[in-house]
Amino acid sequence: MNMMSTKEIGLGNLLASGMTLKQHRDAILERTQSTGYYNGLEKLEFRDSDPIGYEKLFSKLRGGLVHARETAKKIAASPIVEQEGELCFTLYNAAGDCILTSTGIIIHVGTMGAAIKYMIENNWEANPTINPGDMFTTNDCAIGNVHPCDIATIVPIFWAGKLIGWVGGVTHVIDTGAVTPGSMSTGQTQRFGDGYMITCRKTGINDEPLRDWLHESQRSVRTPKYWILDEKTRIAGCHMIRELVEEVIKADGLEAYEKFSAEVIEEGRRGLMSRIKAMTLPGKYRKVSFVDVPFKHEDIQVSNAFAKLDSIMHSPVEMTIKPDGKWRLDFEGASRWGWHTFNAHQVAFTSGIWVMMSQTLVPTQRINDGAYFATEFHLPKGTWCNPDDRRTGHAYAWHFLVSGWAALWRGLSQSYFSRGYLEEVNAGNANTSNWLQGGGINQDGEIHAVNSFEASSCGTGACAVKDGLNHAAAIWNPEGDMGDIEIWEMAEPLLYLGRNVKSNSGGYGKYRGGCGFETLRMVWNAQDWTMFFMGNGYMNSDWGMMGGYPSATGYRFEAHNTGLKERIAIGDSLPLGGDIDPSAPDYERHLDATAVVKRDKQCMTTEDCYENHDLYLNYLRGGPGFGDPIDREVSAIENDLNQKFLLPEFAEKVYGAVFTQDAKGVFSIDAELTRQRRTEIRKERLARALPTREWMKEERERIINKHAAVQVQHMFATSFGLSEKFTQEFKDFWSLPADWQLLEDELGVPTYGSKHRMDLSLMPDVKTVVQVEE
Amino acid sequence: MSYTNEQVSHLVEGSLDWETTFRMLSMPKDNSRFEQYLAALQAKVGFKDRIVLPLAPHMYIVQSAKTKQWLIKCDCGHEFCDYKENWKLHASIYVRDTEEAMTEVYPKLMAPDTQWQVYREYYCPTCGTLHDVEAPTPWYPVIHDFEPDIEAFYKEWVHLPVPERVD
Repeated sequence: MNMMSTKEIGLGNLLASGMTLKQHRDAILERTQSTGYYNGLEKLEFRDSDPIGYEKLFSKLRGGLVHARETAKKIAASPIVEQEGELCFTLYNAAGDCILTSTGIIIHVGTMGAAIKYMIENNWEANPTINPGDMFTTNDCAIGNVHPCDIATIVPIFWAGKLIGWVGGVTHVIDTGAVTPGSMSTGQTQRFGDGYMITCRKTGINDEPLRDWLHESQRSVRTPKYWILDEKTRIAGCHMIRELVEEVIKADGLEAYEKFSAEVIEEGRRGLMSRIKAMTLPGKYRKVSFVDVPFKHEDIQVSNAFAKLDSIMHSPVEMTIKPDGKWRLDFEGASRWGWHTFNAHQVAFTSGIWVMMSQTLVPTQRINDGAYFATEFHLPKGTWCNPDDRRTGHAYAWHFLVSGWAALWRGLSQSYFSRGYLEEVNAGNANTSNWLQGGGINQDGEIHAVNSFEASSCGTGACAVKDGLNHAAAIWNPEGDMGDIEIWEMAEPLLYLGRNVKSNSGGYGKYRGGCGFETLRMVWNAQDWTMFFMGNGYMNSDWGMMGGYPSATGYRFEAHNTGLKERIAIGDSLPLGGDIDPSAPDYERHLDATAVVKRDKQCMTTEDCYENHDLYLNYLRGGPGFGDPIDREVSAIENDLNQKFLLPEFAEKVYGAVFTQDAKGVFSIDAELTRQRRTEIRKERLARALPTREWMKEERERIINKHAAVQVQHMFATSFGLSEKFTQEFKDFWSLPADWQLLEDELGVPTYGSKHRMDLSLMPDVKTVVQVEE
Repeated sequence: MSYTNEQVSHLVEGSLDWETTFRMLSMPKDNSRFEQYLAALQAKVGFKDRIVLPLAPHMYIVQSAKTKQWLIKCDCGHEFCDYKENWKLHASIYVRDTEEAMTEVYPKLMAPDTQWQVYREYYCPTCGTLHDVEAPTPWYPVIHDFEPDIEAFYKEWVHLPVPERVD
């Protein structure tokens, strides 16, 4: 009495097969494991017997997913969704494996699938139950989400009383109610400051959001209007796709749909292997990337003393392409997670790389979980990409993810180059920053938060046959769009005083990286306004390729007490346009002597106050270069000079260009003098160089004497602490004594979290889903 | 889909028209490219050793005409090492590990802080070609970044006879 029996709950009957969802998923995994084919599908019966019917089904579903995204995004008011397209819809089978996805931020191929699998493994079908018309909302980074601002709505799809799959929709919301405003804020050091966190919660029944959810969620964030319209966007898209599936089944039958939804995953698995064989080259590729985490600086204000240290993210990868077309991505040696917001869940990594791969290795519409099944991932437990503690913060996991993947670009590009597919080579991606974020009372008098998505148009890496594109793209969204100034000025109380290509920001090379851009923003008509910076400054996360240089690093410029209000009133000169040469800064000449300027490499800050007429420079990074710069064509350098993509000093020093400038400021390069200068440069290079093995002796001494900055030693110490293999390889390479060691304890910096950690899997009644080799 | 030898040569030179380059990007890959690529490169180099695998714009794994050993070689003729070794250990290196050295190549504030990251430039000891720029932290081992499985590639992927090798 007053309790539901399993009959009402429907346990074991959701699939009308007598199996629970977990039994169903386990059986698929077992068949996949034992046969090597997804769900044991050695033969693709439907595809092979009715290829046209199969393709028609594919086109209907894929077209419907894209259509739903394009239609639903018009509901949103947030420029992040409506302008930048930061949303995605994905269709899953009953086991939570992705069948197809829309365009957009397709990192979510696997993240929403991970949430579905979490519900399956933790028996959601018994409690809170899964029924037609239900909606589940999730953004929990401990079970697979990338960062908390990606809010997902997941809707089960039933046909004739049977669960046949799921549809998920995700939008990047503008604020998550974190410690500081903005969707990817800094300042918090743990999950508990990352904002509103929802774990696969049932938030709707009978296609209606529950009132407790609506009330609670909107007051949990700073931007409720954007929040609710984003939710409507997700629900509308999911329901459009659910109807589409119903229509497809009416037309083609359930059997065809179910066969398709399994075969297309196996086809995706084979598709990746065949692309690998068609484009790459078997072998081992070793690359590495780094990210600076400069938290010791006074402009980083955190609530914990143990987070106040400078550290470095270390992401080494050994990519093994096997003769059968499978590949293994091994991140052994990666550094430990940290007390910041840049940690990434394993699924953010394994799911996320497909947003990158769809731009290079698998530029097809058939992105689904098949590619995951053709890939072996080794992400050691305890590293930044697979944390072993349930307290970790993830608000800007992308900061490390995009940098870790930059190494994969270079590995793949080596293979394309060696095979002759030069047109596919890409030296890497920009560190997609700065992120201008903040909040307060906006120009409409409302509590507000901002996250400028201008970062979706950074410079791209150079190719082996052409320059990278200027201010064009970001790795995390293939549809790069910097957004219109007019829209940003409506969304943010920040007027534009300039939007220019960033000179000298692309990495040098025979083909240079694409330049980033910079926008100078003036606070206007806000109250109690705050902003902060988030990006790379002390380090580059990308490298150049084959003689090309990395792109320029970031720096910050902010100005307070500018006197601009009075200068505008009296018509005095103003800082306008680009900060063309930071070696000879010009903005300061147009500010009052009272101005307080911060111009330095501290590109990571926490929420700081800005008055109206204060300035903030948003500098979006460039891409890395390819090939020896002294191979660059003279005409290309001339063009760069005349378009202010390159400063004259570096045309001389890096490219060896010898040039003149006429009265109108037009540069002309003398080809013969340049050729002669380049011959001298070759001699100068050799004059200053040492044989590598000679230099190694000096470097070895520095290691023996532990002569390096603390943050460098800290990075190695955390990697050593997690990997005996990395430690041994390091010691072998440098021929270090057997008893040489480096421990965090000896560095004089906080070590909180280095010894005592607790994984989510240790909580009672929690079954985590592990999708990688740990 | 296939392309003429002339088109592949233009691709190598960076002078291929955009329409053809775009077709190369958007259409399925041409299986004959590797052979055509080798031929285009072989015609460019001034040595008789056979190119087995291109590694970089000026660097190849070659089959020594004299010994049949596979070597890593600069197109100026400089021989670095056996193809299984890390050529960087046989190169000349210049490390930008001071602010002064960094500001030679970037404006102020736009280069890494050398307390965090250095640039290692690897040159050919004979001709001074810049073959690679690494951007690691101090202390980082010199990475052996590519070990191709040439036998599997030739035999199983592009179905070409593997060039003779004497170790």
